Formats: sequence, structure tokens, C-alpha cells
Amino acid sequence: MNVKLLVEEFSAWYGKNQAVKDVTLPVPLHQVTAIIGPSGCGKSTLIRCLNRLHELLPGTRTKGRVMLDGQDIYSDNMDLAELRHRIGMVFQKPNPFSTMSIFNNVAAGVRVNGLRPGTKMEDIVEKSLRMAALWDEVKDRLHESPYNLSGGQQQRLCIARALAVEPEVLLMDEPCSALDPASTLKVEELIADLKSRYTILMVTHNMQQAARVADYTAFFLNGQMIEYGLTTEIFTNPKDKRTEDYISGRFG
Amino acid sequence: MRKKSYKAWLEGDIAFRGFTYLAALSLVGVVLAILWVLVEKSQLTFTKFGPGFALGSRWDPVHGVFGALPLVYGTVVSSLIALAIALPLSLGIAIYLTQLAPHWLRGPVSFLVELLAAIPSVVYGLWGVFVLVPWVRSSVEPVLGSALGFLPLFRGAPYGFGMLAAGIILAIMITPTISAVSREVLLAVPRSQQEAMLALGATRWETIRMVVLPYGRSGILGAAILGLGRALGETMAVTMVIGNRPQISPSLFELAQTIASIIANEFSEAFNDLHLSALVAAGFILFVITLLLHVMARLLVWRVARVPQGVTRE
Repeated sequence: MNVKLLVEEFSAWYGKNQAVKDVTLPVPLHQVTAIIGPSGCGKSTLIRCLNRLHELLPGTRTKGRVMLDGQDIYSDNMDLAELRHRIGMVFQKPNPFSTMSIFNNVAAGVRVNGLRPGTKMEDIVEKSLRMAALWDEVKDRLHESPYNLSGGQQQRLCIARALAVEPEVLLMDEPCSALDPASTLKVEELIADLKSRYTILMVTHNMQQAARVADYTAFFLNGQMIEYGLTTEIFTNPKDKRTEDYISGRFG
Repeated sequence: MRKKSYKAWLEGDIAFRGFTYLAALSLVGVVLAILWVLVEKSQLTFTKFGPGFALGSRWDPVHGVFGALPLVYGTVVSSLIALAIALPLSLGIAIYLTQLAPHWLRGPVSFLVELLAAIPSVVYGLWGVFVLVPWVRSSVEPVLGSALGFLPLFRGAPYGFGMLAAGIILAIMITPTISAVSREVLLAVPRSQQEAMLALGATRWETIRMVVLPYGRSGILGAAILGLGRALGETMAVTMVIGNRPQISPSLFELAQTIASIIANEFSEAFNDLHLSALVAAGFILFVITLLLHVMARLLVWRVARVPQGVTRE
């Protein structure tokens, strides 16, 4: 297994409350890894620690290492903007930039990271929107507000926006929880398409979703990682009683 | 529903409704009363000079000639200087307090900023006379004069007192207002919008420039107009530093006069009816200027604030 991102003996606190407890989790290259577990199990906190977005909140603290290609993202010489350029994120609720057009939403990240010489913004925007399976729906209204789009389209726009800066890893925090079933299906198909080029780590409380799209699955409970393995193993042959109880719907 | 409680509720409802109705009506009454006094008491001036009163450039109580243009000029220019200084400063304060300051510092500094707004105008005036004016005379004007003296704006002898000092003191006075309102505006920018930008690899500054400020632009515009409105009507502190000479000069170093300031200055000494009515007429013009400003502000805010449909604010 070629590990892209390795979470090692990692803990995180909000004030006195320990949200993530001594987690070690490998995220394999060009695979989809899902974190499942009930609300409040620390799964969202963990992925917000992977691009260090949790640091925006006062009173957060972490321990342990997160190795991206063998380099600890918590080391002192890690540049936050560079880190977040390499590790992109899609949020739980679609959050397109409300003051920008559809085009500028996709272009925003490229503008801050710098357009590579020899590339054209129009091409990057089109390519990103195509990858997010949104191009045909928005190509005639690129200069309209993103708020004229449906929730599912907005979320795919957010995915296109994240893809435009060509991250190596894509973090997805319950990307379908605010979407209807049809939009959810589209986003799931998209995730399956994207994994040939990106390493994806997604959080979901929807077990069927994890079973459908993830290659590897980790089960979290109360901040601890209870079990990790191939998705098929976790769902057909869980080793821990708590995993079995959760996936069979006995709690959560 | 029980009958008795229903009746009590109904009676209370009618009484309360009547009260709020009267309260709202009294506001309209006050505005009309003010307008009526302004129109009535300025009759003499407007019949003598006509609408030309607003454009006359000579204000000479001794010879009974009154033109309000120098006052309008002084009012507008001193307020614009104030806004030009206060707006960037206030935005800096608001951005620092909402985005960059350590969390433990945000509360106390915000409190201090709001405290500044509570200092009485006359105290600012005193500070202006004893601190600001000497400083403007000895440092600001000589430096501006030697560096930018090729512009008519910065020519002339450094008196200290004058348009520039008035603009600076107004700037200090409206900074708390603009920064407090801007701070509220920036606090209302959803965290999700900022996180989205940061997650793309943007720096703090890029996030502020591309997401935070655009999101808050209509509110910031509103804050600026609020500050400008306060500057236009400010009286005491301006009177104490502006030099009180109704004239139109291209140089900001020159003495000047504003409408509010001349009313405060000359009202108790107005020795005839015409002088008195000319002061009221000047007040009427100030009323119209502020009214126009607020109408314009409404239109601008409405234009800028046309938030895209379906925006969910958190």
C-alpha cells in the first residue's frame, strides 16, 4: 500500500474536550478512504486537523504527527497556504463565494496560488467544471451568481473550485449531507471518477455511502478509531463488536 | 381559550398598539416641526436673496449680505477630509479586531473604540486646541507644504487652525462610529465563506481582500455614510479649531467655516432679524444636505446590497 497521508498517534482538543484520541490512520494514494461513525465521534474534527483549518478556532491543540509524503504538516517550516494548496477541502454545506460569479468561484483558488505559465484561466475553469460534471449545466451562465444553482450543483461547484488548484489530497466533510438523493448519487459517481487522480479522504455518517464509494473504511467512536480496513472487510466481517453493532444499525 | 384572559390580552393589545402607534407618529411630528421652523424662520433670507442664498459667496453680517456657499464648502470639504482619513483607519481597526487580533485582546479594544465615541465633542475640541492645532502647525503643515506644495491644496502659511485641523479632528471623532459599525459588519461574514477561501491555500490577507471585504461592502458603505453624516453636523469641536472664517480657498491650510459651526458661533450675537434668519436658512441647507446624503446612501446600499438570491446567511 502506497500511503499518501499518514495520521500518526494523533490527538486533538477543543479546550478541555479531547475530540480525537490517539488515532493512527493511513490514507492510501489514489484510493477513497471513508471515516464513518456517529455524530460527535471526532471524524470532522480529524479532517479539519489535516489541513489545519481547526486552528482558526481559539483553544485548539493537537499532539502527534500527520505525514504528507513523509513530511510532518505540523512541523514549524510548513507553510499553511502551501499545505492547503496541496490538501483541498469540500465542506459539509455547499459554500460557494456569494460575492463571486460561477466562473470566479472556480478561478479564485487559481488566482491566489498563481496561474502556471502557459495555461489559461478559461481552460482551467472549464476543465475543473467538467471534472465536477457541472460544465454542461453552467457553461451558458458562467457569469451568474452561484446562488441561482441548486444545492447539488452548488456542491459540485465547490468540488470544481477545490479541483481547480490541483490538490494532491481532497478532504470531504460529509459532502452529501445537505443534498437530495439524486444529487448525492451524482457526487458519489464523481468521487469514484476522481480517485484515479486524487487521494480522497471523506467523512460520512451514511454507511451505505461509505460502502458504495470507499476502498478503505475507518470506524470512529468517541474520538477513537475502533477499526480500520478494506471497506468490504469492515462491512462483511467486522472484527470489533462495536463496529458490528454500528454497521448493523444498533446505534448511531 | 379562557374568556377572562382573552379579554385582558385583547385590552392590553389595543393599549400597547395605541402606544407604539403614537410613539411612531411623534417621530414624524418632530421632523415636520423642525422642518416648519426652518422654513418659517428663514423666510426673510430666502425672500431677500432667493435661491441665490445658497450660491452667494459672501457672508458679511456687518453689511447685511449673506451667501452660504463658503459654509457649504467648508462643511462638505472638512467632512470629506475626515472621511478620507477615517475610512481606511476604521477599516484597519475593524479588520484587526475581527480577523487578526488575539482573541483575548478583541473585547477590551472594541470597548475602547466604543468609549471614544462617548467622549463629548467639546472635550475633543479642547484637545484639538491644545494638542492637535500646535502639532498641525509645527509638523503636519510644514511637511505637507514642502512635500506636496506644488498642489494648491497644500499651499500657504501654516496657521494650525483651519480646514485641515477641522478635518483631522472630525476624522478622530467619526473613527469610532465607522469602525464599530464595520466591525459588526465583518463579524457577520459567515465563517464558512472564509474557511472556503483559506482551504484553497489563500493567505489571511487574500481571504480578507477576496471574501471578507466584498461580503461586507454594503455594510461598510453604510458605516461610511453614517460617519459622514456625523461629520457634517458636528459643531463644537469644529468651531474650536477651524478658524471660523467663511471663505472659499483651495488651500486646506486656510481658515474656513462650516454651517453647524457658524450657527453655534453667531447665533447668540446675531443683532438683527436678517442675520438670524440667514443662520436658520443655513441650517435649512444643512438639513437638505444630510437628507440628500441619506437618500443617496439608501440608493447606494440598495444597489450594492442586492445579494444574490437564496444566499443563506449563518
